This record gives sequence, structure tokens and C-alpha cells, in this order.
Amino acid sequence: MSLDSAPAAQEPDLTPAHSPPPSLLALFMAFARMSLAGFGGVLVFARRAIVEQHRWMTADEFNETFALCHFLPGPNIVNLSMVFGSRLRGIAGGIAAFAGLLLPPTLIMTVLAIIYAHFGDVDVLRRSLAGISCAAVGLLIAVVFRMMTPLLKRMDAVGLILMLAVFTAIGVIRLPLQVVLLVAIPLSVGVTFILRRKVAA
Amino acid sequence: MSSENPIWALIATFGLMSLFAVGGASAAVPEMHRIAVDVHHWMTDKQFADAYAIAQLSPGPNVLIVTLIGYAVAGIPGALAATLAMCLPTALLAYYVSRLLNRPSQSRWPGLIQAALVPLSIGLMAASALILAQSTDRTIAALLLTTTVAVIASVSRINPLWLLLAGGLLGFAGIV
Repeated sequence: MSLDSAPAAQEPDLTPAHSPPPSLLALFMAFARMSLAGFGGVLVFARRAIVEQHRWMTADEFNETFALCHFLPGPNIVNLSMVFGSRLRGIAGGIAAFAGLLLPPTLIMTVLAIIYAHFGDVDVLRRSLAGISCAAVGLLIAVVFRMMTPLLKRMDAVGLILMLAVFTAIGVIRLPLQVVLLVAIPLSVGVTFILRRKVAA
Repeated sequence: MSSENPIWALIATFGLMSLFAVGGASAAVPEMHRIAVDVHHWMTDKQFADAYAIAQLSPGPNVLIVTLIGYAVAGIPGALAATLAMCLPTALLAYYVSRLLNRPSQSRWPGLIQAALVPLSIGLMAASALILAQSTDRTIAALLLTTTVAVIASVSRINPLWLLLAGGLLGFAGIV
């Protein structure tokens, strides 16, 4: 659910002054804390901690850095930890933030995996997990709707057709991701480029 | 590098997948499903849906579903290998790119590329929803629960955790 929470509208930045750069341990701890607080998406908590609580970055710096991480491949929030940490304390800071973000939840997840391997067949757990799965799919559908709303409002026919094409290719025909993206990304970038030039002209 | 060692298969699979995973973890779910269930038979359809549910319910980035897939394949080493393979290469890439582009907003290309990727990532997430629904929503009650959660989460700002827990309780009670 990390995609439904793009950084909020920019509020005026009352204190442009930065705090002094944090120690590596402080970076690790801060990212560990926001990661463990982040049920269903870490981004909201990351923004609160970095901009409001610790004042390590201004709201604008946060948005710029997030935009960069969003268009790069890979898990956004993980990229974000590395970029933020390294901007504050160099590569060591990046690794400290990366480890803080991933180490505690990975340990928790490993414990859950062990529990699942031993008790996954117990009927009560199976039934509860089935219910949670149904709800989780519902949440995913809600995110899809929320992200579609701007396209529908703008009557963005090209965007909606591209969206439907990717949905059909991956969800219905089950083509491999690489093949679909290799066609869809250049196509979409090309069409967007041409449309924007037309608008500008 | 033995072809029988599943750790290498995990590292190769998720390392490569992460480089194509534009749009975050949700967008990569169909590909994870295709590889873990259809190609390598590491998990059943049901186990994959369970792993997705556990990853949603636990704290931390949702991408950690790969930890569960890695564990299913090769135990604790598999869990760690899958997690690092999915997260480290792109994080390092992000580090180098951010050093190259100190001010990304000055160029219009990042904005243009991001706008172009939005419809694609929505399509990918919709595909994830369809693939997961096909394995979880096998009864009318289950379908109804998914639909209800989708509607509630679309129109309200309720914390998703409550909806997941409500689903768990309904399942526990044997209703779904």
C-alpha cells in the first residue's frame, strides 16, 4: 500500500535551518522505528520522522528525493533510505539507514515464516489467513481505484488504454513482466513526449 | 555455482526482478507469482496468497513478501538472500543516480518518465489484484469481503490494519 501515500501537499517550511547531521546509530534507529511503525506502508511515517520530527530535511528536499526514488526501479522506500542516509552521512549513512529499515522487519518476517511452515496447516490459522488475504486484495483494489481517479477525471484516454493493455497482458494472458515492460515503457514515454509537445505547441 | 543450489536461483531471480520493478512492490506481485508458482513451483497458489497476507499484516516495507518466498525455498539463508537480492542492487543504483542528479527537478525527463509510468504501474497493480483474487476469492462470502473492503478503503481514511484484522476475525469465525 505504499503507493497511495505520495508526500502530502507541501506545507510552508517554517524552519529552513537543518539539524546537525545525525550519527550513524541515530540514523539506524530512526529508520528502524519508522519501519516498525509502518503497517501497510512506511512512507507516511518516514516523512513525519525526517521532515517534522528530526528536521533532517525540508519538505521540498523530501519531495524531490522521493520523486527521484519513485521513478527508479526497485522498492521505493528502500531506495529512499539509501539516498537519504547517504545525503546526510555519505555511503556509511546510506547503509545505516538501509539496515535500519530492513533488518528488524526481516527478522520478524523470518520468524513468521518459521511459524507458518510449522503451523500453516492448522485449520484456525488457515481460515484466519484466508480472511486476511481477502481483505488484503480489497485494499489493493482500493489503491488501484484511488490511483485511477486522476486519469478518469482528466479523461486521459491514452493513459487508460495503456493501463488496460498492461492489465490484460500481465493479469489475463500472464505474459512475463520484462517482455511487457520492454514494449510498454518506450511506447508510453514516446506517446507522453509527443502529447506534451503538442500541448506546448 | 551449482545449478542445484536454490540460493543462486533466488538471487538471480529477485536481483533481476528488482531492476524491472518500476512502481514499487505491489507492481511486482504478478511477476513474483508467475516465477514462484508457475515457473519454479516454489509455492502453491494458496501459499503465495498467504505470504501476501502475512506481508501486508506485518510491519515494514511490503516488499518483504520476498523474505517469505525465500524462506519457503531455502530456509533462513534463502530468506536473507531473497531480501538482499531484491533490495540492495536498486538501492545502490538509487545512490549513484542521486549523486549524478543532484537536483532532479531541473531536468524535465524525470517528470516526463514518471508521468509515462503511472498508467503502467496502475495496470500492474490491477493485474496483481486479479491474480491474488483468483486464488483467495473462491466463495461468494470471500468475494463479498474483498468487495466490501475495497469500497470502505476507497471512500474512507480508515487505517488498513483494522480492515485486515476484521478479515482475519471473519476467517477465524469460519464465515469467509
